[in-house]
Amino acid sequence: MKGSFKKPTQIMLVLVVALTMLLAACSNNNNKGTDTANNGGNSGDASGTPKEFRFTLASEPPSLDPALMKDAQSSIVASGLYEGLTRLNTEGQPENALAEDIKASEDGKTYTIKIRQDAKWSNGDPVTAHDFEYAWKRALNPETASEYAYMLFYLENGEKYNSGKGTADEVGVKATDDYTLEVKLYTPAPYFPSLLAHYTYLPVNEKTVEGDPAWASEQKSIVTNGPFLLKQWAHADKLVLEKNPDYYDKDKINFTKVTISLVEDENTVYQLFETDKIDWIGAQAGSVPTDQTQPLIKSGDATVTPVASTYYYLFNTQKKPFNNVKIRKAFSMAVDRQNLIDNVARANQTPAFALVPPSIAGADGKTFREMYPGDFFTENNDEAKKLLAEGLAEEGLTKLPEITLLYNTSEGHKKLAEAAVDMWRKNLGVEVKLANQEWGTFLETRKAGQFDIARAGWGADINHPINFTYDLIHPKSGNNDGKYNNPKVGELLDNSLVADTPAKSLDMMAQAEKIAIQDDMAVLPLYYYTTVTMIKPGFENVVSDYSGNIDWVNGDKK
Amino acid sequence: MLRFIAGKFVFMVISMFILITATFMLMNAIPGSPLQSEKATSEAVQKNLEAYYGLDKPLYVQYGTYLKNLAHGDMGISMKKKFQSVDKMIGQSFGPSLRLGIAAVITSVVVGCILGILAAMYHRRFIDNLAMIIAVIGLAIPSIVLAPVMQYFLATKLGWFEVAGLNGPMDYVLPTIALAAGPIAFIARLLRSTMIEILNADFIKTAKSKGLAGYVIVVKHALRNSLLPVVTYLGVLTAGIITGSVVVEKIFAIPGIGKHFVTSVIDRDYPLIMGITIFYAVILMVCRFLSDIAYVLVDPRMRAGGKVGK
Repeated sequence: MKGSFKKPTQIMLVLVVALTMLLAACSNNNNKGTDTANNGGNSGDASGTPKEFRFTLASEPPSLDPALMKDAQSSIVASGLYEGLTRLNTEGQPENALAEDIKASEDGKTYTIKIRQDAKWSNGDPVTAHDFEYAWKRALNPETASEYAYMLFYLENGEKYNSGKGTADEVGVKATDDYTLEVKLYTPAPYFPSLLAHYTYLPVNEKTVEGDPAWASEQKSIVTNGPFLLKQWAHADKLVLEKNPDYYDKDKINFTKVTISLVEDENTVYQLFETDKIDWIGAQAGSVPTDQTQPLIKSGDATVTPVASTYYYLFNTQKKPFNNVKIRKAFSMAVDRQNLIDNVARANQTPAFALVPPSIAGADGKTFREMYPGDFFTENNDEAKKLLAEGLAEEGLTKLPEITLLYNTSEGHKKLAEAAVDMWRKNLGVEVKLANQEWGTFLETRKAGQFDIARAGWGADINHPINFTYDLIHPKSGNNDGKYNNPKVGELLDNSLVADTPAKSLDMMAQAEKIAIQDDMAVLPLYYYTTVTMIKPGFENVVSDYSGNIDWVNGDKK
Repeated sequence: MLRFIAGKFVFMVISMFILITATFMLMNAIPGSPLQSEKATSEAVQKNLEAYYGLDKPLYVQYGTYLKNLAHGDMGISMKKKFQSVDKMIGQSFGPSLRLGIAAVITSVVVGCILGILAAMYHRRFIDNLAMIIAVIGLAIPSIVLAPVMQYFLATKLGWFEVAGLNGPMDYVLPTIALAAGPIAFIARLLRSTMIEILNADFIKTAKSKGLAGYVIVVKHALRNSLLPVVTYLGVLTAGIITGSVVVEKIFAIPGIGKHFVTSVIDRDYPLIMGITIFYAVILMVCRFLSDIAYVLVDPRMRAGGKVGK
């Protein structure tokens, strides 16, 4: 058999050559694809040196139709593609965009908005007040089935129309002429200019939308009015945006091309950054791997920015033992938050002793937390033990019934839950079981109230404390999954909506929050989120906004 | 042969029907719905959404509608990726997976066969041991480890390859190795054991005593007979590999079909779950069917009414 040695090697050679040829054939196809994409990509920049900005998103925007958007991915892309009446600046304050002038009436319920006359849609049509009226009514139309329609419930009769009880004509928005929009609110909302920056308030081009429900799911059919145009949308692969040469304020826009690759794996995102294939990580546009955050923060390569989101545990307030406020307080006081942050969460988060995060705005240039400090309780193990014993006695229990902490399946939540359970064991001498469920199942279980303690996180849609008060602790809120029910809190929050001055409104919200946490410990706040971001040198004005989404539209490259 | 094919075909249609029914029912039985979101939506909006996607109707009506649409070739639109039709989503993402899959299948067969043949020919000698060590390593290291390790050293540190994407011929190398490592090892071991057995068979001894060259014996007589189990495995392997790998596609950011298998279920995206299951079933069945036919062609004994005698 020794003589046969040479021949198999020859076969091997032939096969290797064949394989290489096949691979080459495959890739030829592919090269053609990217070449055309590149050609399309470079043709747009007429002014000076091309400035490209590249980042990743973990998943594709489910929709680029303003009425159907509901997630960070869509919002990040839409901020470049569309222009609304206002835009939030880096401090989270609204600035006029398409609106030239926003006038509120005395009672704060009617807004008259003048719209600039030089803005155009990408199909050449002028952007008019009618586009806004049409877009808002369309989002409220029950047939559109928009999940974020409630953002428009501030409009008079908005909710009525959306629930099928009213008509479109009753809704409080009307284009009185081509460039004037009259908006009637059902309650004075001093933060209405902030709301106008939200994506549900973006305009759409009626001609495009009518008759083609899929208009915003392909590059070919989408019509936008923002500083950037969608040049390529390779589903599940990437989106390429280019500066819009017809944008009314184009001198302020510096990037000529923005490439958004869809990369799910955070390690891969980090390697892409290391090999100079992307310019940014963080703020919902990829995330720095948890095991890398501490060294990168220390070396100054990564920056930590607060995010307007709160990580907390829900108590099931309708079920023993957590129907008892003392037991709730005991559990909350027995958690060492800083320890959790330093050893488990590891991204310099801020310990939370309230609900509204520090980056949420208050009034007069101050943040809400500067006006109303959120230190509603302190960690104290002795006090916690005492409260637990008292609480158990009140409930007529000799020992704690079996309780379970439920979280949605994820490595991070698991570690945190394990650490919390360990602290309760050490500090209170109680055993808490752990259970995890996959996201969809988890949401259903939590909504149905089938838990003792459940993990929760909450972010902001608008830069206002209402997101964390009305949404989370109002007895009637659909997001109050712990079924916390204090009529006084409900009353304060209801009144805050119709208060005659913004200051009074904020004051009532702050009171409600204080009662809910200091007196009632409705939930167990753990920490306020942060985001760890990295950017390549030379880039400016790309930041994480107040809510922790990347704000890249006004970025520049030196 | 014709009867054989017709029989297989009828069997395929029946399995497909059972599969569609079972998937449809199971999918609806898991808790959660495609329309749920973390933020509470008003009852009215929820009702509108259900009406929009027909989820307000009883399950048997939904099932009937689905079958009817499917018979017309309409797999519906995704409930998560707004207004993207399922057939288009599958079509677009299948391309990269298929190209990568073909590369991986060819690599596994070629490398696996070479390792297997060498190992069998040099049974219990250095080359055998070496080949089997490679095979054991290939089987033991899962792609979830192999892929990031290669990515880190070969792409990030040495810069020989791109970290992610599928834009040039070189970009195929790392994902192909990650995909093919396991199958290479499996094929090598499979081929080695059958071949060792066959090399000791009487007809090989006859061939040797006739004075045929070692190479001719191995390729013409031994290999052809040893390939049977490999051919059987090839059907399943091809189906599995060209429909994409969740892990490899995620790590190398390849816009392939693999991730739909996982995300469609997590999202409870009913039409996509159905579409992707049917698609996978069709691929699997076709591959099995082809490998059955190949089996008949390779092994004359199969032609005689399926009786395999030793």
